[in-house]
Amino acid sequence: MDGEVTPLMLQVAVRKQFRTAGAPAFDLRVTQEFAPGVTVLFGPSGAGKSTLLDCIAGLQTPDSGRIALGEEIFFDANQKISLPPQRRRIAYVFQSLALFPHLSVEDNVAYGLCSNAHSLRDLRVTQILDAFHITSLRRRKPPELSGGEKQRVALARSLVTKPRVLLLDEPLTGLDLLLRRAILQDLRAWNDANRIPVLYVTHNREELDAVGERVVALLQGRVLESGASRDVLDAPRSLALARAAGFENVMPVTVLETRPGDGVMRVVLTPSNCELEIPLGPNEAGSRLQVAIRAGDILLATQAPHFLSARNVLPGTLESLESRGPLVIAQVNTGARFIVHITPGAVRSLQLSAGCAVWLVLKTHSCHLVSS
Amino acid sequence: MNLDSLFLSLRLAATVAILLLVIAMPLAYWLAFSRWRGKFFLESIVALPLVLPPTVLGFYALIALGPRGPIGQVWQSLFGHRLAFTFTGLVLASLVYSLPFAVQPLIASFESLDRRLLDASSVLGAGRVRTFLRVILPLSWSGLVTALVLSFAHTLGEFGVVLMVGGNLPGITRTVSIDIYDRAQALDYSGAHHVALLLLLISFVVLSLVYAINRRVWSPWTVR
Repeated sequence: MDGEVTPLMLQVAVRKQFRTAGAPAFDLRVTQEFAPGVTVLFGPSGAGKSTLLDCIAGLQTPDSGRIALGEEIFFDANQKISLPPQRRRIAYVFQSLALFPHLSVEDNVAYGLCSNAHSLRDLRVTQILDAFHITSLRRRKPPELSGGEKQRVALARSLVTKPRVLLLDEPLTGLDLLLRRAILQDLRAWNDANRIPVLYVTHNREELDAVGERVVALLQGRVLESGASRDVLDAPRSLALARAAGFENVMPVTVLETRPGDGVMRVVLTPSNCELEIPLGPNEAGSRLQVAIRAGDILLATQAPHFLSARNVLPGTLESLESRGPLVIAQVNTGARFIVHITPGAVRSLQLSAGCAVWLVLKTHSCHLVSS
Repeated sequence: MNLDSLFLSLRLAATVAILLLVIAMPLAYWLAFSRWRGKFFLESIVALPLVLPPTVLGFYALIALGPRGPIGQVWQSLFGHRLAFTFTGLVLASLVYSLPFAVQPLIASFESLDRRLLDASSVLGAGRVRTFLRVILPLSWSGLVTALVLSFAHTLGEFGVVLMVGGNLPGITRTVSIDIYDRAQALDYSGAHHVALLLLLISFVVLSLVYAINRRVWSPWTVR
């Protein structure tokens, strides 16, 4: 049982419907392969991320489909195969962590090692406690632990079993930045040593950038997009994903003209007459689209800028400034309303205040065409 | 003061409480975790003794345990003696009578468990039995004690069922509550008072125990 773990592809093709009285039925339909390494499941709450993980772990039974790791079938509706969770050797760290409150850290971590000989078990527990820097906690019980310590114990408890697949459902929610970075570092080190499919659910962009090699974006039970993290989230192709990925400006536009020679098209922001130059899409003049722009990708100037490579310079009025720690959120009205992120230092040196005349500068490639 | 009836009652209550725990655990587990739609049916059967007058229960128990009743007949053919008006007959009737007092606290305990703990256990490789022994039982400790103590106390104080099934045979089926009734009927008020007071004290201590446990006074892993 305890031999080396060979990395295998996790193939998932599942359908699961929920019919709740009153609420519209939820319908999960996912067909996706998960290669060894970290894949981030990204999407708003209610997108079906936890249901998908539950199906893979065997805690929920899909209505139809197939789940397999390499040659081994976990679930196959046609062949009527459904391996119980305890026989799948999948590790699953829940959002609530679900540490056993009556067992010490040591016993929690050893829980999944019941079939091993005592000496081997102790050795593995000691090793994993050490790897996650929680050796000093081994005799404590979960209610005596801090949030970060609990998260480490939960990870250690799952990983000590040498799982073949690792499922992580927002395991680091509620932790501060430094703690999250430290735990992510331990997790990355573990992942480099044990290449297995890891599915990591998070809403947090920073966690995603830190661990995610690939992203699968889920929305309302469907896979919207999948691919390398940067491709999917920095240039989202759909409205819902743009919102989920934290694009502050998502606005409707109408195409005025396409200029295939320049690789651009001119659009007008639809209630206003602000014009923008955006990357060329497959659309014709007159079609209505959505454009997503990150608030941090917009430059703000207090004088009309000249001699720029950026093609879009929009005059407008600064309507409000709202300070949020190291960030100031500026609302600018150019006919259309833009949200722009600037630093407190920029507010001071440019002497910005509500009512100022400002110019927004947008690079063509900061404007992402999304479909609704 | 003759305490035979009290010892008989304590013996009956202890036997019933321990047997009930064994019976109620799987029953409560099933009622708490089964997704079968028809389980309300079983739930109401289990709760029936709560609402039935003890004489009704006792009457049907007497018929079932009697020499012509289904259980009584089987018993007689197996062991060669009758079941009604014996200690064993009392135990059987009391098992039914006190069943809800063992099952309900266990169901409440099991249902209040965080389901994710059970999920975690099975994902970590534990089967149902191991999950039950290592996670469900230790975390349902207070429900377990409540079930044990309540079924003990309830059996200790029963009257109607005992009278119907057991009659009033000294040392065999004359329990403490019947003893008190007898004494009061015979105008032996001081004798009745002694036994009654003892029963009152025992019941009070037993209930204090239940409430203290439910307030987690001695719970081994409560850390605040």
